[in-house]
Amino acid sequence: MSLRPGIADEFPVLTRLVDGKRLVYLDSANTSQKPRQVIEAISNYYETINANVHRGSYRLAVEATAALEGARARVARFINAPSASEIVFTKNSTEAINLIARTWGHTNLGTGDVVVLSEMEHHANIVPWHMLAAEKGIELRWIPVDSQGRLVLDSLDRLLDGASLLAITAMSNVVGTINPIAQLAAAAHEKGALVAVDASQFVPHVATDVQAMGADFLVFTGHKLLGPMGIGVLWGRRDLLDDMPPFLGGGEMILNVTKEGFTTNEVPWKFEAGTPMVAEAVGLAAAIDYLEELGMDEVRAHETRLTAYALRTLTARYPDTIKIHGPSEPAERGGVLSFEFGDVHPHDVAQVLDQAGVCVRAGHHCAKPLMRVLGVPASSRASLYVYNNEADVDALADALEQAADIFSF
Amino acid sequence: MPGLEDLYREVILDHYRSPRNRGELATPPATRAEGFNPLCGDEIVVYIDVDDQGVITDVAIGGQGCSISQSSASMMSAAVKGQSVDDARRLVSAFKAMMSIHEGEIGGDGSGSNDDAPTEAGDKEPVRLGDLEALRGVVKFPVRIKCATLGWNTLTQALDEAAPRV
Repeated sequence: MSLRPGIADEFPVLTRLVDGKRLVYLDSANTSQKPRQVIEAISNYYETINANVHRGSYRLAVEATAALEGARARVARFINAPSASEIVFTKNSTEAINLIARTWGHTNLGTGDVVVLSEMEHHANIVPWHMLAAEKGIELRWIPVDSQGRLVLDSLDRLLDGASLLAITAMSNVVGTINPIAQLAAAAHEKGALVAVDASQFVPHVATDVQAMGADFLVFTGHKLLGPMGIGVLWGRRDLLDDMPPFLGGGEMILNVTKEGFTTNEVPWKFEAGTPMVAEAVGLAAAIDYLEELGMDEVRAHETRLTAYALRTLTARYPDTIKIHGPSEPAERGGVLSFEFGDVHPHDVAQVLDQAGVCVRAGHHCAKPLMRVLGVPASSRASLYVYNNEADVDALADALEQAADIFSF
Repeated sequence: MPGLEDLYREVILDHYRSPRNRGELATPPATRAEGFNPLCGDEIVVYIDVDDQGVITDVAIGGQGCSISQSSASMMSAAVKGQSVDDARRLVSAFKAMMSIHEGEIGGDGSGSNDDAPTEAGDKEPVRLGDLEALRGVVKFPVRIKCATLGWNTLTQALDEAAPRV
């Protein structure tokens, strides 16, 4: 059952044929497809407004500035941020996490200070902290993950002891596990640690309330949420953002510049050096409008149903061949299904599926520490979103038969 | 669009199912090199024994990965075992040329123009690829070229270490 009748037709690329076959897009955890409304919002911006922001007094410049700041307010409402001034636009989630590490981390952390991560983090929420560790001598601690891809919280209090920051994903990009962020945030705050949430996989799929979560920072990216590539979001508590030094230097982020130095602009512009991505912000706002019109609760319910269908269908069709990683209970996970298919290497699985027009990702999904816990070097990953339905899951199941045929040994 | 039969030829699947020269060699005397494909996590370990005459007397392959990377490394090990280091290097070049990678074209050693190259190459026996021809279809699947060449790049590392070019 589709989330609403004909929804896939609202995404122009999904009407495309591949060698005469219907395109079956199951790689939304990687990037999502864009509805016509988003594509039109972006082209409409370029066709009717386009001007640089915050620096022109003419009509177009005023409208472009209003479009950018309107998008910021739209994002703030979407995640229930107390103020639009707490929304910083970045290139993507990766840049947002690097911003936290380079500004807040660089200022507040030194030798022996502790940042707690989990073993299921994306490299984007690992490498910036490794870089800070190399530079400042901070200590990284890791919340372990069990074989079903769930956090093991037995030793949480010990791990958080003396920690300055818990930086953790809200939903695994590999196995779909949804983490209990509010509970983790409460535990971290009890120990005096701040909480930075990587919500790249969460915000597109589950209604998000940064205040109810108890987060101090939260990041996500536009392109996984039906929006364009090239825009991400950092939300941070205003008092934290106010105290942080700027990230990149240049125009827009200053109040004054002399030969002797500069003074920084207010938040959020303090963190947005140079010409910002206005059309992308407009596209992101259109994507949020689209999702809220569908209703985030309906989106989540649809994906939970479809995930349950996929788990059931794939294990019924290939009981001895398929092993799907992650929690077996659909309510505990998002629509991200990493799997092993017999001894067939994920790269070969993805190749065979491609011939049937089915797009999945193969590899380590930028989460090598988690792959080590799961005991595999790589996996195939099918991921679901608003435009998918049971027919897409059936197409995946059908296409896997050819992988079984070619590699029958 | 090319079909899967262009990629998964029987000889490739045979080497994937039953890889040749699988294992390790003691280092030293053997030389060991590791290659990674950061894209998919594939990993190949190449061991070679090179004697005083510059002959590769033994080869072993370790690591894990997809059918293309593993079968290519297996076929490579069979092809270079017993060959001289120079012949092995020529085979590497010929294989990479089949994969549409022409290293002489960019950079190179600056010793001559492209016009001179055919004459020089013409002096030598053309390199016979044998079973390796089965991997020719990989070129039609550009994403997989890195899989097919992983073992060969790793072999080059091992050769450079065991018998540095003078």
